[in-house]
Amino acid sequence: MSFLDYFISALLLQAGYNSALVAVGAGLLGLSAGSAGAFIFLRKRALVSDAISHATLPGVGLAFMIMVAFGSDGRWLPGLIIGSAISSAIGLILVEWITRKTRLTEDAAIGAVLSVFFGFGIVLLTIIQTMSSGRQAGLENFLLGSTAGMLISEATTIAVAGALAAAFVFLLRRPMTLVAFDPEYAATTGVNVRNIDLAMMGLALIVTVIGLKIVGLILIVALLIIPPVTARFWTNQVGPMIGISALVGGISGYIGAVLSAAEASIPTGPIIVLVAFGFFMISALFSPLRGALASALRHQRFQRRVHRRQGLLALSRREPIYDGLTLRILRRSGMIRRDGVATLRGRTASEKASRDEARWAMARRILPDDSAIERYDGLTPIERMMTSDQIAEIDRMLAEKQGASA
Amino acid sequence: MRNAELIAEAGKIVDVAGKDAPLTVRGLTVSYGNKPAVFSVDASIPAGSMTAIIGPNGAGKSTFLKGALGVVPRLSGEVRIFGKPFHEARDRVAYVPQRASVDWDFPARVIDVVLMGLYGSVGLFRLWRARHREQAMACLDRVGMADFADRQIGQLSGGQQQRVFLARALAQNAEFYLLDEPFAGVDAATERAIVSVLKDLKSEGRTVVCVHHDLSTVPEYFDRVLLINVRRIAEGPVETTFTAENLQETYGGRLAATHIDELRLA
Repeated sequence: MSFLDYFISALLLQAGYNSALVAVGAGLLGLSAGSAGAFIFLRKRALVSDAISHATLPGVGLAFMIMVAFGSDGRWLPGLIIGSAISSAIGLILVEWITRKTRLTEDAAIGAVLSVFFGFGIVLLTIIQTMSSGRQAGLENFLLGSTAGMLISEATTIAVAGALAAAFVFLLRRPMTLVAFDPEYAATTGVNVRNIDLAMMGLALIVTVIGLKIVGLILIVALLIIPPVTARFWTNQVGPMIGISALVGGISGYIGAVLSAAEASIPTGPIIVLVAFGFFMISALFSPLRGALASALRHQRFQRRVHRRQGLLALSRREPIYDGLTLRILRRSGMIRRDGVATLRGRTASEKASRDEARWAMARRILPDDSAIERYDGLTPIERMMTSDQIAEIDRMLAEKQGASA
Repeated sequence: MRNAELIAEAGKIVDVAGKDAPLTVRGLTVSYGNKPAVFSVDASIPAGSMTAIIGPNGAGKSTFLKGALGVVPRLSGEVRIFGKPFHEARDRVAYVPQRASVDWDFPARVIDVVLMGLYGSVGLFRLWRARHREQAMACLDRVGMADFADRQIGQLSGGQQQRVFLARALAQNAEFYLLDEPFAGVDAATERAIVSVLKDLKSEGRTVVCVHHDLSTVPEYFDRVLLINVRRIAEGPVETTFTAENLQETYGGRLAATHIDELRLA
C-alpha cells in the first residue's frame, strides 16, 4: 500500500481500529487544546503554558523511577500523567510565587522555571537510560510525541480527558471571558479572578499532561497557541473564536496523527504542529476579516476613495490637481478628460461632493450629538447615513444661511 | 476578645451619612510596594448624592476607589457598602473602570461588552434570550450608542468606548455607581451624554461617585466633593467644601492661584 493510499484510508478511519482510535484521541486532544488555548491567548498568558509543559519532564522521570522501584512496568501512562501533573503544578506555583513575592517579572520567572525543570528532567532521563530496566523505556518519546505502539487504553484515556477539558472550558466561558477582557471589573461583579486564572492554567496543565504522549512536552505549547491565533483571523467575537480554535486544534490533531501513523519514523508532535501552522498561514494571508491580503485590499480601496473625493472637491473649487494617483482615478472613472478638464459627469459629481461637504458642516452645527456625525468617515454619501428628513432640514438651514449672507 | 474588638470597631462606622450609606470608609490605606498610595482615608457618601473625587495626578483617587471595592488589596481600613461588607452588597454596585485599563482589540462587539453587565443576573449556564438583548440595547440607547451595537469594539473612538463602559454598568441596574475618570480624553458630545445619564441616575435616587480631573466642571456636574492627596483633605457639599483654601491644600504649588481664581468657587 502506498503512503497516499494508507493516508486516505487512515483519514477515513479504515486503517484499523487501533490507528483510528489514536487519530480520534489526537483530535479530541487538539479540540481541548484549542478551546483552552483560546482563553489563555486572550488572557495573554501563552508563555506560562510553556513553563507548565517543560515542568512536566521531572515528573515523568520520577514517576517512572518510582513505579520501577515498586516492581511494576514504569511506562504505565496514568502513572506518568499523574507524576507530570504534580511536577508541572509545582512549576506553575513557582512561577506565580516568584512573580508575586519578588520583584522579578513573569517572563523572567517563566524562563527560570522552564529551564531548571527541563534541565532536571533531562538529568533524570539520562539516569533512567543507565538503569537496567530503562533501556526500552522510550521516555524520550515524551519530548516530541509518538503514536507508534500506542495502547488502546492510552488512546481512550486521552480522548476522554480531552473531551472533559473541552466541556470544562464551555462551562467556564463567561467568567473566563470577563477575566480575560477586564479583570478589575470582573472582580467587582463577584468573579474570583485568582481562581479563574488558576482554572485557566489548570486547563493548560491538563491539556499538557494528556498531550504528552501524542504531541510531546516541547511542542504542546504550539497546540495551545496556534489554534486561537488562527481563529482570531476569522472572527471578532469570543464565542465563534473558541469554536474555530477548537476546530483548528481538533483537525490538526486528527490529520497529524493520521500522517504520522502513515510514516512512523516522524514523531507525531511536529507533524501536528506543522498541520496547525498550515491553517495559520492560510488564515493570516487569506482571511477576509483580518487577513493580510484583505487588509491590503481594503486599504487600497480606501485610499482610492479618498483620492477620488479630494479630486472632486478640488474640481469644484476649480483648483489644479497635481497628484498623479488622483488624476488617474478621476480619468479612469470618466470624471475628467485626458487634458484634465472636467466632463459633465465630473462636474455633477464634484458639485454633489461639495454640496455634501457643506451639508456635513451644517449637520455638525445643528445635530452635534447625532450618531451619524460620529460614524461618518468623510467619504460615505450622506443619503446612506441620514434620513431624507434630516437632509431636508439641513438644506433648509443652508439656504437660510446663504440668504442671510447674500 | 478579638471578636469583641471587631464588633466595637464596626460600631464606630456610623456616620453623618447614616448607617446604611452607599459607601462608608474608615482609615483606608492601600500601598503599592511599601509606599502608601492612599493613607488612612475616611469618607462617607450619602445616598442620592453625586460626588467628585478630586486631587492631583498620583494622589490615589483611582486607588481609593479600587481599594474601596476590593479590586486592589487593602493594607488596613474598613469599608461598608450599604452598611455591609462589599461581597454582601455587590449586586447593588456597578463599577466603571478606566477606559485605558483594557485591551480594546479584544474579540467582542459593542453589544457583547454590554451583555457582560448581565452575567451576574443570567448566571453561569443559561443562554442569552431576546429580553437580555433588549435590555442591553436599551442601555446602549441611553448612552446614544444603539447604532453601534454590532461594531467591533476596536473600531470605537475613546469617547464611544467610555459610553460602552457606562452602558455595561447601566445593564447591572445598580443603586450605586462608581466611575473612574469617565471624562478623561473624551469628546464634548460624549461628555454631554455621560453627564446627562449620570444626572438621570441621581434623579432616580441612585448614588454616583466619579474620579474627576476637570476642576472647572465640578460645580456644574456634582453636588459633593471628596478632596484627596494620599490623605483625605476635605469632604462635603460643593458649596462649602470646594473652596480655594481646600484646593490649595490638595494641589499645593501645583495649582496656580490664578487658576483657582478662574473657577466658580464657593
